This record gives sequence, C-alpha cells and structure tokens, in this order.
Amino acid sequence: MTEALPSADSVVQVEHLTLAFGAKVIQHDLDFQIRRGEVFVIMGGSGCGKSTLLRHLIGLQRPAAGLVRYGDHDLNACDDAALATIRRGFGVAFQAGALWSSMSVGENVMLPLQLFTPQPAAEREQVARAKLAQVGLEASFDTLPADLSGGMRKRAAIARAMALDPPLLYLDEPSAGLDPLSSAQIDALILGLCRQHGSTVVMVTHELESIFAVADRALFLDAERKTMTALDSPAALLAHGPAGVQAFLRRTPRPGAPP
Amino acid sequence: MIVQQAAPLPPDLPPAPLSPPPPAPLSAQPPGATAARRPTRRPGWVTTLGLRATAWAADAQRTLGFVGDVLLALGRLLRGRSTMQRRDLAWQLEQTGPRSLPIVTLTCFLVGLILAYMGAAQLQRFGAQIYIADLVTVGVVREIAALMTGVILSGRIGAAFAAQLGSMQANEEIDALRAMGIVPMDYLVLPRLLAMLLVAPLLTAYAAMVGMLAGLLVAVGIFNVQPIEYVHQSLDALTLTHLGIGLLKGTVYAALVALAGCRQGLFAGRSAQAVGEATTAAVVQALVWIVVAASALTILFHRLDL
Repeated sequence: MTEALPSADSVVQVEHLTLAFGAKVIQHDLDFQIRRGEVFVIMGGSGCGKSTLLRHLIGLQRPAAGLVRYGDHDLNACDDAALATIRRGFGVAFQAGALWSSMSVGENVMLPLQLFTPQPAAEREQVARAKLAQVGLEASFDTLPADLSGGMRKRAAIARAMALDPPLLYLDEPSAGLDPLSSAQIDALILGLCRQHGSTVVMVTHELESIFAVADRALFLDAERKTMTALDSPAALLAHGPAGVQAFLRRTPRPGAPP
Repeated sequence: MIVQQAAPLPPDLPPAPLSPPPPAPLSAQPPGATAARRPTRRPGWVTTLGLRATAWAADAQRTLGFVGDVLLALGRLLRGRSTMQRRDLAWQLEQTGPRSLPIVTLTCFLVGLILAYMGAAQLQRFGAQIYIADLVTVGVVREIAALMTGVILSGRIGAAFAAQLGSMQANEEIDALRAMGIVPMDYLVLPRLLAMLLVAPLLTAYAAMVGMLAGLLVAVGIFNVQPIEYVHQSLDALTLTHLGIGLLKGTVYAALVALAGCRQGLFAGRSAQAVGEATTAAVVQALVWIVVAASALTILFHRLDL
C-alpha cells in the first residue's frame, strides 16, 4: 500500500523504502508522509521493524532501497555537514533512553544547548530544569543515569530530545514500561507539544492506550507481509482497517498466528 | 508544565482474552526436531582463505576511512568548526598524563635497571664500566622510553578508549550524539587523540629521565662508577638528535594507540562480549602498529644517518 497524495505540508517524505539487514529484508515498499503538527504513530508487532524504520528516518541506517526526504533533501545523499544540520532540527528519544552515562541527567539535557545555542550556563540550567519538570524529573537533575529506573531514563531522554524545542520529535516506545500515571503524563505532554507548540511527533509504540490517546494517524507494519498494510487514524483503523490491524488494535490473536 | 487530558480508550474496545494456550510439556520435542538433519558441509580451505582475506580487506578499508574522518575532524578543529569541548580535552589530559606517571615510573626504572645491568656485565670484562652511561642514555632516550611509554599507554589508555567508546556504542549513546547532529569524531575522538599527542612527548621525556636515573644508580651503586663521571659521560652521549628522535617516536606511538583505541571502540558491536573483543583488539592492534612503526622509523633514521 502507498500513500497517494503528496502533501505540501509534509515534513518527511518516505518513498518506496526498503529496510534490510544484509540480504534479510525487514520491510519493503514503505511509502508515506509525515505531516506538520501531527502525532504520527508507527505500530506493529514485536520485531516487525518499527525501531529500524525510525533509525532509517533519522539517518542512522542506510536503506536498501528508496528515499527519506526532508523537504528537498534526500537524507542519504547528504554529506556529514548537511546531515548534522538536518538532525539539529529534530529531537530523538531512544527506546532504552541512550543517556550519556558519564553525565548527570541535567548535563544530558544541557549538552545540546551548550553546543548549539549561545545561552549562558545559568540560562541553560534553567531550561534543562524546566524540561525535566515537564517529564516529572525535576528532582533528578544531578542524578547519574545509572541511578535512574528504566522509566525515569525514558522520561529523561524525552526531556533531552525536547531541549532545543525541535519542530520534529522522534520517540521510540516513550511510554513502554512506565506506570499508568507517568504514561498518561507523557501522552499529555506529547499532545501539548503538538496542539500548543505545533510540533510534529513521530512515535513508535505498541501501547494501545497511547495510540488511541494521542495518534492523529497510525502506520501499521505487518511482520508477515513485510510491508505497511494500513495508514489512517486509529479510530478509522479500528472500524474499517484490515483484519490484521483490527486484531492488533483489539488484542485478539488471529487463528494460526504465532503466540 | 503542559497539562492536557489524554483521550480515553474507545468504548468498543473489547477486553483482552484471558485464556492462554496450554503449555507444552517439558519433554516435548521442538518443532522440526523429527526432520532428518542435513549434514552441514564445512567450507574448503580456499573458501575460508577467501573469506578471511575479504574480511581483512573490509577491516583495512574501515580503518583507512576512520583515519580519513579523523583528518577531516582535525581540519574542522583548525577552522574553528568543531564541537570538541575544551573541558573534555582537559579531562582526557588528566587521565592520560598524570595518572600514567606511577606505572611509567615503575616500568621505565626497571627497564633502565635491566639495560644497565646487561651492558655492565659485558663492559666490565673490558674495564669499560663508564660506558654504561652511553649505553643507557642513548638506548633509553632514543628507543626504550618511547617504546615503553607506547606499550604502557596501549594497555592503560588505548584499552580504556576502546571500552568507553565500545560501551557507548552498545548503549546507543553514540547514536544519540549522531541523532542530535553532534559528530562523534569531533566530540569523542578529537579530545582523546589530542590529549595523547600533547601528553606523549612529556611522558616520553619523563620515562627517559627515570631510565637514566636507574642506569646511574646501577653504575654508581654496583659497578663503582663516580656519579659526576657518569653524569658527564651521559651528557656527552646525549645529543639533540637522539632526544628529538625519541620524542617523535613517543608521539607517533601515542597517536597510534589513540587511533587504535578509538577505532575499535567506535566500530564495536552492541554486546558486552563485543566490547570486550574491541578492548582486546585495541591493545593488540596498538602493539602491532607500534612495533611496525618502531621498525620503520629505526630503518628510516638509520638510512638518513640520524
């Protein structure tokens, strides 16, 4: 399936993308756009290639075929300097946090500010504390990542991704493993970023509650067919989506599907 | 803080089925276990040789690419476009320099001692103990201090570089840097390389002094050479050329150690075992590079009559 209409308001265009590790194809012929100001969810079963797609979207892996475009720039044809410039326009929170372990949580959030803004140290600290407060970690400013729980690391990673107020945020499983209240707080934060600040959020998740709470559109990656099989709002997918997508959204295993 | 109520789940979402499939008995055979096993054919020696040669060529290509990236990063630094932090350089200077002093002192003192003893045992037969000073001074300043400093740095610092960068790679910390537009070569490799380049001549000079001191103690304490005589003979033997060659060799070896450590760390796999392998490979690669460089430089300087 492909998304037919190219939109002038799209931030990222993915064209006939194939994800592969060597000869092993993970997903093929992915074709979609991410629109400005939307919450775009990438969903699918475990191992279907969601995080791999995210790594392709941010240029950490080269596609076996196809393109990822940011405006007129083909991400994989950019030189290092152009790639670095594009990347400064988005924030990324990795699945396991990927916090820099030799720095405190506060320093993690302050580093992008230190490198890419002329802000003085006091102002950087103020911004970092505000970002950490948004994810409920204001008390962990001086804590080392190793002393945080898994959920707290995820939240600290989201704060770091938001440090430069990027117009585009990539979040890999932001609410997986969080308690229900923290998860709802992250959902509310994502909605707030989009609705109030006009940010675009691309989120990899299979947390149904989060998908229905925040997603404007959701892309479903099918592990068996190794391609995208649906792209629409979660409500529309639940009502009219393909059988596999409906089964996923209703948590009803299909007969014969592997456990 | 942004507070906005998240939308609830749609009401028609049915509950999850609560009846899991019955567990398989522990004695059950895994799927496919009854199928006849096909005998696996081991690749022939030509295939194995070809695969190894291909892997070696790919590895060499990656190393060359890495060295090229380091040179580009140095260019960015000289043009003032690097994201290298001075604070990181200062921290690396402290780690590589002052903290290496105890092990450099111990090792070079003992190696100087060995060299003096070995030389003295031969020279004593001719009553020429005074030439222990020449032997130790030239040997230590020109070759041994640089070599020992390189070996110590490869074990102490090269391994640490590989382990640090390897575990960062395993934890996606380097991906996080890249994803933010921070070039790891500038931010991680340059401070380490520059710290080694700055510290190496100082450590080599210090190692040479310790080695010469050991020679002095052996000559004076064991072989009855007068201290003033030994110092005078040492200063006579020591030339600026010997000193320059020694410091240059120490700097080259340190650069090789830094490159090997950072290269192995940055290209490590994403597991604890891979980090261990990268650390081992960094030390082995640094030692091999040092020995090759030492041989090449010795031949080169001999040809140049230096």
